[in-house]
Amino acid sequence: MTVPVLSVRSLQVEFVTRRGALRAIDDVSFDIAKGEVLGVVGESGAGKSVTGLAAIGLIDPPGRIAGGEILLSGSRIDNLPPEEMRRIRGKRIGMIFQDPLTSLNPLYRVGEQIIETIRTHLNLSEQAARKRAIDLLAEVGIPAPEKRIDAYPHEFSGGMRQRVVIALAICAEPELIIADEPTTALDVSVQAQIISLIKRLGRDHGTAVMLVTHDMGVIAETSDRVAVMYSGRIAEIGPVQDVVRNPLHPYAKGLMGAIPTLAGEDKRLVQIPGSMPRLSAIPPGCSFNPRCGLAFDRCRVERPEPIRHGSQSVACHLFDASTRDSAA
Amino acid sequence: MLAFTLRRALQAIGVMLAVGVIAFSMFRFAGDPVNQMVSLDTPAAEREQVRKSLGLDDPVMVQFARYFANAAQFKFGISYQFRQPVSTLLMERMPATLELATCATIFAMVFGILMGVYTALRRDTWLAKVFQAVSLIGISLPTFLIGILLIYLFAVTLGWLPSFGRGEVVKFGWWSTGLLTVSGLKAIIMPSITLGLFQMTLIMRLVRAEMLEVLRTDYIRFARARGLTTRAIHFGHALKNTLVPVITVVGLQFGSVIAFAIITETVFQWPGMGLMFVQAVQNVDIPIMAAYLLMVSLIFVTINLVVDILYTVVDPRLRSTVGRAH
Repeated sequence: MTVPVLSVRSLQVEFVTRRGALRAIDDVSFDIAKGEVLGVVGESGAGKSVTGLAAIGLIDPPGRIAGGEILLSGSRIDNLPPEEMRRIRGKRIGMIFQDPLTSLNPLYRVGEQIIETIRTHLNLSEQAARKRAIDLLAEVGIPAPEKRIDAYPHEFSGGMRQRVVIALAICAEPELIIADEPTTALDVSVQAQIISLIKRLGRDHGTAVMLVTHDMGVIAETSDRVAVMYSGRIAEIGPVQDVVRNPLHPYAKGLMGAIPTLAGEDKRLVQIPGSMPRLSAIPPGCSFNPRCGLAFDRCRVERPEPIRHGSQSVACHLFDASTRDSAA
Repeated sequence: MLAFTLRRALQAIGVMLAVGVIAFSMFRFAGDPVNQMVSLDTPAAEREQVRKSLGLDDPVMVQFARYFANAAQFKFGISYQFRQPVSTLLMERMPATLELATCATIFAMVFGILMGVYTALRRDTWLAKVFQAVSLIGISLPTFLIGILLIYLFAVTLGWLPSFGRGEVVKFGWWSTGLLTVSGLKAIIMPSITLGLFQMTLIMRLVRAEMLEVLRTDYIRFARARGLTTRAIHFGHALKNTLVPVITVVGLQFGSVIAFAIITETVFQWPGMGLMFVQAVQNVDIPIMAAYLLMVSLIFVTINLVVDILYTVVDPRLRSTVGRAH
């Protein structure tokens, strides 16, 4: 078996506050293989973005990685000195943020920003870097790139700016792209274009993609596998068709049930009762138990560990053979 | 862009007209100038004679029009006190004030930006805390007190620098400069620091606040995600974005520096326009006061105009919105 591009092992991220450390990510593990797209879904505050930021080493104080390991193509990167981690960012891991309107420095031409990034990571002359920048802009679908390279960010539309951001993320041929809600700030019509662009780039270059979003439609369209996160943990992870068609975890079931269908226009949208607990008030046992219709005694005391169930892995006591017997 | 500049220029002319009204009204309301020019025992007929020769018996509107037409050609009348054209006196004094204001602004900018960047990037070091404390002193101590303290320390106690005057000057046509002689350079150090200290602390605090603000923005986070070096992020990306508002403040403050120079010039007996103004106030020399008012406003308005134009040079977004709006 080949080494996964990104391997996260028992990751824990804490935010130190005056009233003690809050655990934003608790014991999260997953792999992303070469050329694979892993979708990460969950509500706001579930820890999706923090997981992505941890992988690229951009968690700002007071946040810190409190435990676990992050491996990039088999070598640990979570404990690297800042200067070595900087060399990895942008070169081996590219990142795309949510809001393309604010991701680019308004005072520099897009070409200057791309060339600067290229020359930071690759040993190219100004001319060669400029040529590469034009090629990149063409690759991400910007018309007349040799002209547009000298434009300022505000001269691009939102969708075009996100293309520029993507060009910046891939300019040194990274092994991994972390896309943090890359389509949330865009028009629906543009979203589809950006999604297919990310998908195509991942396929063409064999890049692994970690796609953080709360849009199940985007996940279903793009991802090979999907991880459902809930209050800092992975509730369920598995191939996208299986998780979407046959979710196991009650929370994942709730999420899939909440996707509106074209046929059911008259019905009220389904929703999961309650809201996700704050980090300072995570209940004991399974953090989902107060909202779960199927919770039983064990769920209120013992935290469920991930259990393999067919192609999926699910952190729920319902799928533990021993409890099922006792609960029945 | 041209329309924008023209519109701003028209606004500037409007402001100058308003200031002209105020300057002119000083002649009408700040006592009778004839009384200032003649001695106590001058007979009334002779007074009328003087009044007539100065055109003071014409209708107000005529006098105002005449004053403004002259002022537009930099003719501000004759000083009551010196019996010389005010414009000649101003021209003699202006280089001293402009050199002082320029040196003070350069001092304020260089140290303000350096200290501001340092306190923003190394917030928790002891040196940053020292800078913060110094900036509090600079912002709260009155200018004249700082000047006197400096004189006491460096002129009286240590004897390193002269306590008053401009030192030797070199003439270039009508412009006299003290920046080319050793005594002139020594003489300008303390007045510049005194005058620039307040601006320096202002700039330092502004740069610090702006820099911290910019460092939190998404494009800085994205720049870090692109793996740029810390130096490129701080000085290439963050500093340039920080400087946009700093340029405005520095530019607009240059006007107040010239105005504040009145106090500094008095403390250091600096032979500039400010000192001349203070002496003019003491002698009710209204032509000088009015001309000073007009000159300072002209400088203010010009700087405002230049800053507006400079803004569009630094920030490409303004360039195109300005272009599109007209």
